[in-house]
Amino acid sequence: MKDNVISEMDVTTDKIKISANNVQVYYGENQAIKDVSVEIQDKTVTAFIGPSGCGKSTFLRCINRMNDTIDICRVQGDIMIDGEDIYDSNVDPVQLRAKVGMVFQKPNPFPKSIYDNVAYGPRIHGLSRNKAELDDIVERALKRAAIWNEVKDRLNAPGTGLSGGQQQRLCIARAIATEPEVLLMDEPCSALDPIATAQVEELIDELRQNYAVVIVTHSMQQAARVSQKTAFFHLGNLVEYGETDKIFTAPEDPRTESYITGRIG
Amino acid sequence: MGNFLNVAPTTLLVIVVLILTALAFFMARNRAMAAASGDARKLHSLPNYYGYNAAMMTAIPALFVLAIWLFVQPMLIQNSVISLIPQAAVSEGSSVNLVMSDVRRVANGLTTAVDAGALTADAARDISTANTDIRSLLAESGVALGSEVTAEVLNAAQRYRSMQATGQWLMTAAICAISLIGLFIAMRATTATFRARNLVERFMLALLMIAASLAILTTVGIVFSMLFESINFFSLHPWQDFFLGDKWSPNFRGDSDLSILPLLWGTIYISIIALLVAVPIGLFAAIYLSEYANSKVRAVAKPLLEILAGIPTIVYGLFALLTVGPFLVDLFGRGENGILGVDWMSGATSVLTAGLVMGIMLIPFVSSLSDDIINAVPQSMRDGSFGLGATHSETIRQVVIPAALPGIVGAILLAASRAIGETMIVVLGAGAIARISANPLEAMTTITTRIVSQLTGDTDFASPETLVAFALGLTLFVLTLGLNVVALYIVRKYREQYE
Repeated sequence: MKDNVISEMDVTTDKIKISANNVQVYYGENQAIKDVSVEIQDKTVTAFIGPSGCGKSTFLRCINRMNDTIDICRVQGDIMIDGEDIYDSNVDPVQLRAKVGMVFQKPNPFPKSIYDNVAYGPRIHGLSRNKAELDDIVERALKRAAIWNEVKDRLNAPGTGLSGGQQQRLCIARAIATEPEVLLMDEPCSALDPIATAQVEELIDELRQNYAVVIVTHSMQQAARVSQKTAFFHLGNLVEYGETDKIFTAPEDPRTESYITGRIG
Repeated sequence: MGNFLNVAPTTLLVIVVLILTALAFFMARNRAMAAASGDARKLHSLPNYYGYNAAMMTAIPALFVLAIWLFVQPMLIQNSVISLIPQAAVSEGSSVNLVMSDVRRVANGLTTAVDAGALTADAARDISTANTDIRSLLAESGVALGSEVTAEVLNAAQRYRSMQATGQWLMTAAICAISLIGLFIAMRATTATFRARNLVERFMLALLMIAASLAILTTVGIVFSMLFESINFFSLHPWQDFFLGDKWSPNFRGDSDLSILPLLWGTIYISIIALLVAVPIGLFAAIYLSEYANSKVRAVAKPLLEILAGIPTIVYGLFALLTVGPFLVDLFGRGENGILGVDWMSGATSVLTAGLVMGIMLIPFVSSLSDDIINAVPQSMRDGSFGLGATHSETIRQVVIPAALPGIVGAILLAASRAIGETMIVVLGAGAIARISANPLEAMTTITTRIVSQLTGDTDFASPETLVAFALGLTLFVLTLGLNVVALYIVRKYREQYE
């Protein structure tokens, strides 16, 4: 009986959320991503690591079609979320991005109040029927982003007036307020100090219970701390993908080993 | 001296100084090279710097003194000659200044006559009113005088001539001396260790500072000249009527109603219509160009839009008069024959005509500034909004425009201050009738056009009808200055936000 429950849980945690097959990305003539195939699990933190310019951010931006906003960018191959091809012509990229939230490298709160920042997504997608519901969504998002206690007394103050770490948590609250299924984070801690970084990392670990989180990071320590799966990118190739512990302790590819031991990158 | 090489003595003097300057350049350069025994690496500065330094020392003090001299000498001569004219010699209805201008003309006339060979230099000096008809004599040499030359005027003229001649010689001697002294000092200083480069650097700094302060001083000068004339105006005309009256009807026989309010109303009404045209079109054009247009469209469309800014306003005025005005009359006038079948508009000139055309003129102004400001909104703002599933226009409406709003407001205020100061379009498009009315199809007039009409034609600068132009100008200046200050303040405050 008990064994049965455990095996069932294993099945749910191992469910594949995102699967990419033979993805190629070109910026004009340059190929930025070469033939990447990867399967990302639900309710897991997956870290993309690799030296600068290796294509990890580009690949991340393919998952919510943010690359569509860049004129010269072309994406080939297919990326499925829950078995649905997100590059299919039937898919509206705007709807997709509501489902796949994104947090950026630099905290980018809008020049609006803290409340309006968080309410932005729910408002444009019509997630609330009335003001009370919207208040509720905002409060829940801020609580889940672990910033509610710091801002609850000044929800009408501008979001740009917060400190860097608070701003980044506000951006995370903003992203989770639209109830996404996947959360993409592009180096979310690179502009933050160690204390703010620790807070955000703790938050990422909590978010894992509800979302598939994909995080791009330059810091291998951070990847080791927060992720369960790690993918190592190098020169546009996915070199190695597996359990984080395995990647950091017993990498199979010599390039991975060189990178994590600091010899390249 | 006067007919030497057939150029004015002052021009000749300047040429001499410039030749000395060129000479100084080469002499100092050669001296520096000689001091380093031909090896430029041993010099503190490059050889040319020694030349520049010597040239500066030769030219600048001399030309500076020359400029002051040319300014001061006529004043000194005038002051000493004016005492020779007795009060009796100034006839009724005339003034000392008019007599002085006669004196100057006689003096210059005699010099011209000598140059033309009609008189010898001695004869010109000894001429007297008793035995010569100076008026006809000078007329033969092409100098026309308004009245007979009296003995007092001739006497003063002779004094004027002699002082001028003396002054000329003194000036020539002094300027040449200063120039040569400068040259000498520079040559003595030219040694291998002399820091010529640093001195040239200082000179450049001074040059730039003079240029900057000239621009500022000119503004101050303009303000003061307007201020003094305005004070004159208000001493002749009650300020209550100017600021609070409701009628503008200048009358050159005197006793005019000179109130700014009808003109101010016309100005503001036309400006508002212009902004109603320019702001939406300009802003939308800017949004399209900065957010949607691809780089090819942008490369073509932006310069094309900015060509509008290069069209002289008089051409816009013609457009208003010949195209827009008649079209509006077809639309809103002519009764049964008109397009709408109404008879609301009789003449082509109206507030609407001028406002529409001025709006077209302001479009590139608004769009170009807004475009820059929208582009300055960081891409991360847009990414953040797209990342939350917002569409492009939602992003622009809710994130980009609010972020750019202070800058856009600044751009609009700058456009408004241009609209208020605009002249040619309203001269041709708005008509000349000063009134306070809400009907945009009527002709009205603005502050700028009234300034033009008060100052054109025969005017004397003592009547309130003419001087009112300065009071109007000053009011306009204060108005646009205020708008510019507010606009610049807003734009600057906005800039700090993203740095």
